Amino acid sequence: MFNRLIDKRMGIFLAGLFILTVAVPIGNLVMAGQPVPSYAVALLGKYLCYALLAVSLDLVWGFAGILSLGHGAFFALGGYAMGMHLMREIGTRGVYADPLLPDFMVFLNYDKLPWFWLGFDNFWFAAIMVMLAPGLLAFVFGWLAFRSRVTGVYLSIITQAMTYALMLAFFRNEMGFGGNNGLTDFKDLLGFNLQTDATRAGLFVAAAVALTAGLLISKYITTSKLGKVLVGVRDAESRTRFIGYRVEGYKLFVFTVSAMMAGVAGAIYTPLVGIINPGEFNPANSIEIVIWVALGGRGTLVGAAIGAIFVALTKTLLTGWIPEVWLFALGAMFVLVTLYLPNGVLGAVEDIINKFKSKPEATA
Amino acid sequence: MLKKLLLTFVFLTFGATAFAQDFETLVAQLPEGSYADRAEVVVAISKTGDERAFAVLEALSGGKLHFHKAEGIIVEVREIGSEDIAFNILDNTEIGPVGRRDTKKINVNNGLRREISAVLGNMYLQNPDPAIRIEAANAVFKRGDPAQLEALDAAISAESDGEVATALVEARAVATLNSNAPAAEKLAAIATLRERGDRDAQGVLSKFTDDPDLGKAATAAIVEIAQIQKLWGLGQNVWYGLSLGSVLLLAAIGLAITFGVMGVINMAHGELVMIGAYTTFAVQEIIRNSMPELFDYSLLIAAPLAFLVAGSVGVGIERGIVRHLYGRPLETLLATWGVSLILQQTVRSIFGPNNREVGNPEWMSGAFEIGAMTITYSRMWILVFSLIVFAGLLLLLKRTSMGLRMRAVTQNRAMAADMGINTGWVDAMTFGLGAGVAGLAGVALSQIDNVSPNLGQSYIVDSFMVVVFGGAGNLWGALAGAFSLGIANKFLEPFAGAVLAKILVLVFIILFIQKRPRGLFALKGRAVEN
Repeated sequence: MFNRLIDKRMGIFLAGLFILTVAVPIGNLVMAGQPVPSYAVALLGKYLCYALLAVSLDLVWGFAGILSLGHGAFFALGGYAMGMHLMREIGTRGVYADPLLPDFMVFLNYDKLPWFWLGFDNFWFAAIMVMLAPGLLAFVFGWLAFRSRVTGVYLSIITQAMTYALMLAFFRNEMGFGGNNGLTDFKDLLGFNLQTDATRAGLFVAAAVALTAGLLISKYITTSKLGKVLVGVRDAESRTRFIGYRVEGYKLFVFTVSAMMAGVAGAIYTPLVGIINPGEFNPANSIEIVIWVALGGRGTLVGAAIGAIFVALTKTLLTGWIPEVWLFALGAMFVLVTLYLPNGVLGAVEDIINKFKSKPEATA
Repeated sequence: MLKKLLLTFVFLTFGATAFAQDFETLVAQLPEGSYADRAEVVVAISKTGDERAFAVLEALSGGKLHFHKAEGIIVEVREIGSEDIAFNILDNTEIGPVGRRDTKKINVNNGLRREISAVLGNMYLQNPDPAIRIEAANAVFKRGDPAQLEALDAAISAESDGEVATALVEARAVATLNSNAPAAEKLAAIATLRERGDRDAQGVLSKFTDDPDLGKAATAAIVEIAQIQKLWGLGQNVWYGLSLGSVLLLAAIGLAITFGVMGVINMAHGELVMIGAYTTFAVQEIIRNSMPELFDYSLLIAAPLAFLVAGSVGVGIERGIVRHLYGRPLETLLATWGVSLILQQTVRSIFGPNNREVGNPEWMSGAFEIGAMTITYSRMWILVFSLIVFAGLLLLLKRTSMGLRMRAVTQNRAMAADMGINTGWVDAMTFGLGAGVAGLAGVALSQIDNVSPNLGQSYIVDSFMVVVFGGAGNLWGALAGAFSLGIANKFLEPFAGAVLAKILVLVFIILFIQKRPRGLFALKGRAVEN
C-alpha cells in the first residue's frame, strides 16, 4: 500500500513539502527577526492551494482525458461556500452591525437571509458545502455530458461555457452573492482572527495538509484498478467501452472527486487571500490551470503541483518586476510547452536522467 | 373693429397685386390697439403671403419686435454680444445700437402667442419644402386646434406629396375630434387615427374613451393600435436579434472554417478580430492626418487591409505552431491560447491599454424608421456585410478549385495528398482564410464596440457557442446558430434582463449539446467518429 502510493517522485515532493510546512511557520512565528515575512506565508499558502487545484485537474485531464476548461468554477464555488461562512462569522462587527445579514445585503435592502445562506453560520455545514456544491455541479454536469458522449474539444468548450455562465451569474447583485464585489472583510475563522500571523500560518499548514491528502487520494485512485480503466478511457474510449466497461460511470466518478478537491482548494484560498469574487470564474483563469498541469507534466500529479507553484511564483515575480512581460511569458509558456515538452518539465527532466543512467549500460 | 373692416375691404378690392404694400402697412399697425386687434393684424399679415411675414411673426412671438421711436419704424432688436442692435424688420438693414428708452417693445400675451404659432403653422403648411410641411403638419397634430381646420382643408386640397397629405389628414382628424363637428365626421377621424396606429394617436384617442358617441369606437381603436404596437415591438425585437446574430455570425464564421473545416481550435480567433479592429483604427488615423476627405471610404480601405493583416498573422500561426499539432486538438487549443495572450499584450504594448476611438463614416451614422421601428445604419450595414461575407465564403468553398481542395483535404487528407494536392499549402491557406475573415469581422465590430486589447476576449466564448450549436464543419450551421442564438437572446432580454438572458442561452446550449453532441447541422458518416 505504502509503496503503491509513494514512489520516488511522490516521496521527494512530499519530503520537500514537509520541510517547507515545518520551516515556514517556524521562520515566521518562532525565530527572531522573522526571516519569513507574513505576506510570504499567505503567498506560499496561496501557491499550495493552486497546486491542489492543479492536482485535481491533472486527475481528470492526465488520467481520464477530460480537458476541463471550467475547473476554476469548482475552485470558486468552494471559495464562495467558505466565504459565506466567513461572512456569517462577521456578525455584528460589520459596518451596518446587522446580526443576521452581511453588509452587502443590508446595502441592497434585503429584508431576510436568502434560503441558500441558511446553515452557513455552522462551520461544519460550510465545510460539507465546500465539497458538496462543486461536487454536485460536477455530478450533474458530468452526468449530462458523459452520458451523451460529449468528448474532446466539445466537452472543453462547454465546460468553458459553464464557468462563463457562472461568472455572469455571480456578477449579478440579485444572485445574493455580493455581486461584483464578491465576499470580503472577513474577521475570523473558528474564533481565530484572520489578521494574525498565527492564523495565517495555520491556514498555510492546512493548505499543505490538503495538498498532501489530495496527492495521495489521486495517487490511490490512479493506481487502483479503476485508475487503469481511466487510462484506458483516456487512450481509447471506444475500445474501453467495447470491452464492456461503463465508461460514463468511471468518468463521472473521477470528475466529481476532482471537483470536490478543487472546492477544498478554493475554501482554503479564500481566508488566506481575504476575498472571493466572480473574477475567479473567469474562463481565462481556468485555462491558466491547464498550463500549470501541462508545464509540470500531464499525468504525473506531482508535476502538476510543481507546475502550479512554478507558474504562480513566476507570475508574482514578473508582475511585480516588469508587468508587461508577464503575458508574453505566459503565452510563450503555452506555446513552447505544447510544442516541445509534451510530457512537461518533470517528464523532460526524468527523460534526461534516464538517458544518463542507461548510457553506461548501453556501452557496457 | 374698424381695422378689420378696412382690412377686409383691402383684401376684397386690391387682391394679390397690392399685397406687398399692404404687408408694410399691416406691420406698421402692429404696435397699435389691444391684443385682440393685434391678433387680427397677425392673421392679416399671414394672409399676405409675403416672404417676410415669417420673420415678423417669429420676432413678434419671441418678444423681439420693437417700435423705434426716433426712426418711426418697426425693428427687431437682436442681442449681439452685450449690445442690443436694432434691425429694420422689413429689409433687415442695421439701424444701430439702441438703448432701453429708444424703442418700445410690442407686447404679446400667451393668447396672442398661441395665435401666432397657429398662424405660423398654417404658413409653414404652404412651405415649398415637403420636410417642413410634414413638420408643420405634425405640430398641428400635436396642437389639435379646431380653428386650423380651414387652413388644413386648404392645405390638403393643394397637397401633391402623398406623405405630407397623410400627415395633413391625420392632423385634420385630431382637429375634427376637438371641434364640434357631427359624430359621423368624428368617427371617420377616429378611423384615420387608427390607421396611423402609433402612440401619439393612442394618446389623442384616450381622451375620447368616455365620450357617449365616440367612446366605443375610440376604445376599439386604442385596442387595435396597442396590438399593432405589439407587432412592431415584436418586429423591433427580431431586428435586434438579427443585428446581434450578424455580429455573432461575423465573429464565428472564421472559426467555423478553422474549427469546422480543419478541426483546429483556434483560441486566438478573438485576437485576430481585434487585429482587424486595430487595422481599422490605424487606417483611420492615417486618413485623418493626411487625407481627411477620404474618411468616408476609410472602412472600404480598411476591410481588405484587415483581411490581409489578420490573414497573414493566421498563416504565421499555422506554419509556426498549429502545423506541428495536427491530430492533437487539445494541445492546439492550449498553444493558440498562448498565442492569443501574446497578441493581446503586443497590441497593448503598441497601442496602449485604453480604448481607441474608431469613427463612423457618414453613411454608417444615424438611423431611420420603419413604422415604429428604429434601425441604425451601422447595424444595418453590419448585417448586410455579414451576409456578404457569408455568401462570399460559401461561393469560395463550393465553387472554386481552391474550395474544392480545401474540402478534399478536410474529408480525406491522405487521399487528397495522393491526388497531388499540396496539403500543407491548403492548410495554411484555409487557416489564413479563417483568420482573414476574423479580421473583416474586426472592421465591422470596430463600428459598434470599444476597440481595446480585450475586444477579442469578449467574443471568444460566444463565437465558440455559435459554432458548437450550429455544428462544426458547416457554414450553414454557423448561420443558423448565430441568428437563432441572437434572436433567442433578444427575446429573453425583456423578461429576464440582459445578463440572465445570456446565462439562459448558455445553459440552453449546454443542454442542447447533450441531445445533439455535434450541433444542429452535424456532418454525417464515419468521418465524424474521430
